[in-house]
Amino acid sequence: MQNQINTMKPELLAAIDNAANLQALDEIRVAALGKSGRITALMKNLGTLAPEERKAAGQILNTFKTEIATALDAKKQALETAELNARLANESVDVTLPIRPETTVGRIHPVSQVMEEMLTIFAQMGFDLAEGPDIEDDWHNFEALNIPPSHPSRQMQATFFMDGTTDKILRTQTSGVQIRTMEKGKLPIKIVAPGRTYRCDYDATHSPMFHQIEGLVIDKTTNLSHLKGVLEEFMKLFFETDDVALRFRPSYFPFTEPSYEADVGGALAKAIGKEWIELLGCGMVHPQVLRNCGIDPTEYQGFAFGCGIDRFAMLKYGIPDIRSFFEADMRWIKHYGFLPLDVPTITSGLSMNGGRK
Amino acid sequence: MKLALSWLKQYLKTDATPVEIAEKLTAIGLEVEEVIDNGKALAPFIIGEIKHKEKHPNADRLNVLTVWTGKENLQIVCGAPNCYVGMKSVLARPGDLIPKFNEKLEKGVIRGVESQGMMCAEDEIGLGTDHEGIMDLKTDKPAGTPVTEVIPCEVVFDVNVTPNRGDCFGVKGIARDLAATGIGEFVPNEVEEIRGTFASPITVTITDDNCKQFIGRYIRGVKNGPSPAWMQERLIAAGLRPISALVDITNYLNIGACRPLHVFDADKLTGNLVVRSAHAGEKLAALDEKEYTLSEGQVVIADDAGAQSIGGVMGGTPTGVTGETVNVFLEAAWFEPLSIAKTGRELNAESDSRQRYERGVDPASNLAGNHEATRLILDICGGEASEIVMAGSEPTWQQTIDFDWREVKRLTGMDIPLDQMVLILEKLGFTVKGNQVSVPSWRFNDVHEAADLVEEIIRIYGLDTLPANTMRAEKLPITTLMPAQKREIAIRRALAARGLCQALTWSFMDSRLAKYFGSKNIRIANPIASDLDEMRPSLVPNLLSAVKRNSDRGIKDVQLFEVGPEFYSLVPGEQRLVACGVRAGSWTPKHWLEATRSVDVFDAKADALAALAAIDAPANLQIFRNAPAWYHPGRSGSIQLGKNIVAVFGEIHPAILKVFDIKTPVCAFEVYMDAVPMPKAKGKTIKAIKLSSLMPLTRDFAFVMDKDTDASKVVAAILNTDKNLITDVSVFDVYEGEHLEPGKKSLAVQVTIQPTEKTMTDAEIETLSTQIINLVQRHTGAVLRT
Repeated sequence: MQNQINTMKPELLAAIDNAANLQALDEIRVAALGKSGRITALMKNLGTLAPEERKAAGQILNTFKTEIATALDAKKQALETAELNARLANESVDVTLPIRPETTVGRIHPVSQVMEEMLTIFAQMGFDLAEGPDIEDDWHNFEALNIPPSHPSRQMQATFFMDGTTDKILRTQTSGVQIRTMEKGKLPIKIVAPGRTYRCDYDATHSPMFHQIEGLVIDKTTNLSHLKGVLEEFMKLFFETDDVALRFRPSYFPFTEPSYEADVGGALAKAIGKEWIELLGCGMVHPQVLRNCGIDPTEYQGFAFGCGIDRFAMLKYGIPDIRSFFEADMRWIKHYGFLPLDVPTITSGLSMNGGRK
Repeated sequence: MKLALSWLKQYLKTDATPVEIAEKLTAIGLEVEEVIDNGKALAPFIIGEIKHKEKHPNADRLNVLTVWTGKENLQIVCGAPNCYVGMKSVLARPGDLIPKFNEKLEKGVIRGVESQGMMCAEDEIGLGTDHEGIMDLKTDKPAGTPVTEVIPCEVVFDVNVTPNRGDCFGVKGIARDLAATGIGEFVPNEVEEIRGTFASPITVTITDDNCKQFIGRYIRGVKNGPSPAWMQERLIAAGLRPISALVDITNYLNIGACRPLHVFDADKLTGNLVVRSAHAGEKLAALDEKEYTLSEGQVVIADDAGAQSIGGVMGGTPTGVTGETVNVFLEAAWFEPLSIAKTGRELNAESDSRQRYERGVDPASNLAGNHEATRLILDICGGEASEIVMAGSEPTWQQTIDFDWREVKRLTGMDIPLDQMVLILEKLGFTVKGNQVSVPSWRFNDVHEAADLVEEIIRIYGLDTLPANTMRAEKLPITTLMPAQKREIAIRRALAARGLCQALTWSFMDSRLAKYFGSKNIRIANPIASDLDEMRPSLVPNLLSAVKRNSDRGIKDVQLFEVGPEFYSLVPGEQRLVACGVRAGSWTPKHWLEATRSVDVFDAKADALAALAAIDAPANLQIFRNAPAWYHPGRSGSIQLGKNIVAVFGEIHPAILKVFDIKTPVCAFEVYMDAVPMPKAKGKTIKAIKLSSLMPLTRDFAFVMDKDTDASKVVAAILNTDKNLITDVSVFDVYEGEHLEPGKKSLAVQVTIQPTEKTMTDAEIETLSTQIINLVQRHTGAVLRT
């Protein structure tokens, strides 16, 4: 038997070593260790030996069997690893290829974004939001605001008139919302009113449609110093810098008295090579306007201001031409627009400008 | 309004620098838009003397000059017809900045001849508008002298006068305002009364109440040559062109003292003058070389032959003064501001006179204005003045305001000493007696009540001491936005998150396109362009135009939305807020891994449903096969709550795409935000969720039905079979074709069943399946596919 083992062992080990794949290896295993395998045959033979020989032969045979089984296992593992590696190599892809198509992320228009930024600030100051119609009547857009017919300041606002009526126009300013709010008779008042406004003008700085936001406070104590305080604070919060100077320049609006134009200086103005930028009109509400709305000007008082939202957006974000705001050019909106999750809050700063653009 | 510093100094004694004056003007509400200092602009130029002149060898109209600079001779090519040997003119040398072009002069070669400089016309150096020839300085100063020594240099302020300040449309008024700040002393230049030596042969009557007063005077024997240089210089600085002494005098007082006047050539008048309303259709050739057709209500000054002047607006050519004029009739009148504004607007006639009258000319200046003009005419043109001719009377302008001085503190929050407030008002011409403040005549149109006085006081006093008081919410609001306003923000962000870019387009559109979108004919009478003449009845057309514009720039796949108003009536407020979106072209760009597809009705439906979800629309929405005519009739629908349409969606009708010349498929949706009811007020608590520990199971069914049966009805029938057990129904296949009868379709659905209390037995599941099949058949006629 020792002789048989001596012959079989190098034969089997060589065969195992040379097995090309798992199937060939298994055939070798069956031929050696299977039911009718050669080692199994030797095991069966043990019974024919004398009992004193049987023990020693059994030990030798078991050692041999274990040796072959270990060699088979080792080879099996090696073959499996090789096979996996070959499969993985076969599965490789070009990872530099683009990702699967996704619908692109849209944008919020800068005007809407800036409007939300402004509301966020005014909400902190306790202002409510009011709205009014785009088609206005003469009373709310002009007369009640102390602009009678033939008043020269009507010519300052190139008005769109509606066809087939003498009374209806497209609102030239959001100030009509002031009147509508005061007419409701609920005092005190502290509102801002954003919206579309229209003037018959078209060039690089004028668009026939643009956006204004109007502020109005009516109570028994609010005076010019509050207007100054509110606007100074607003400018700093909106432009997100303390380097903002505000200059009040006396001016004229029929619906406020005294009237001012507020110019902004500081870093913002310097950035565009100017000392001052004209940014909004404001003043104490004219007593005649209060009377027109049934409010006693000896008892109530307050301020109003109005400014262009588009203009604020242009200044803050460096957008050059107002006409491009309304062209709906996809390239422009994707470039200047804001990501849908870029929601202005005071907590995280008004403008985050994060995310994949 | 432009005014020269020298003119200002006629009314204001001051040592302040131009910069100080400009800053002060802006600070008191007379905004200086520009300070023009032509001395600075003229500094580089010297006198050049023409020593020799010969024809340019290659150009008939050009000359080649030899110009002496005082140091050397320069060869200069010049096209001016008026140059002559010995002429002294303004010489610009290479490197000098030419004001007209705002560019530095370079040496050039003109038609093959070198030119080493330029002889300048007055417009080129910013002095006027004349470009007929180069300036003839006619001076004794030698060549090489800076031209600033022979051309008067002026600092000119360009002041933006607000429409309430009629008085500041005159140099005098501006000077008075400045004086009130303490920057100088006001010089009123009192006018002397001029007594006439004979009775005027022309009389005046007023029959129209819009002219309150007319002060006339006949002046005989005048000579109407050019006005003196000092007057011309001031007029040029103010942007006016000198014409003749008589015209220049009226312009001079108009700008200088805000005193409009008119001078008729008396010999061209027929009979006496009457100030009356124009007759309808009456015509007048006016001094701006236009012929005006007048209508009733417009005030004219007429003689026996007809209207000779549009009162307060513009004189007529036939009775205007000329170089031959010998006898004149001078008018200083006063017209109602509103009447002038109305007439000016109706006739579209612009003039310096109209500008002043409609803002309010000092009603007490008529007589003095006549005297002042007479003085200037007699001094400059000679002649002899008649006695005054007067019609009407000085309009009432006197007002006294009972002024509580504490109003200043109440409205501004500033403490200003009483004596300073009084001083400011007095310097502005108000008379103060205790609490009684009388308004000067020149402020009749602007100052009426206490708030006006407050404005005057702090305008001059300034805001340097104004404190800044911040405002805080007295109690923090639970929410600032109304529910509808929150919805607008939510829907914008939801649509952007779905890949749509927010556009803002005009509220108006082309009426020729509006007719395809349910036009309500709400037209603009004076549109900015003929294709922007109607208020949009829908947001779709403007977004389709945007698709077309983008496509023309090479962007074929477009995803846009807008949230804004559409209009259905002229009544203010009869507009509704709509969220509208369009997708054009392919759903995704061409890709290596997946085939792309065109956008279709189901993309629009998905957008509409997402938008509705974003604004918390009720869950019981139903889909119907009806949409407006601009959608594809077979690929569009509406989303309704009962009979209430809250949204429409679909592919755009091919005929509409053709109108817009769009070649790609486009789908769109419109969500009528106002039509979506607000959710019922309820607590913030969310209903508790039951998480079953039993495994859900699914069963698939295929039904065969008529092709036009609504899939939604099949789904609804299944869900209604057992609302407790059936939690979901999904359609996973729709088939029409050869394996079915014509006109039929097959719908395959997967039903999810969630046992609630115990695992279901096969028999129970079988019973439920039979119920499903029966109910679907009863409601839709569909049968189980076998």
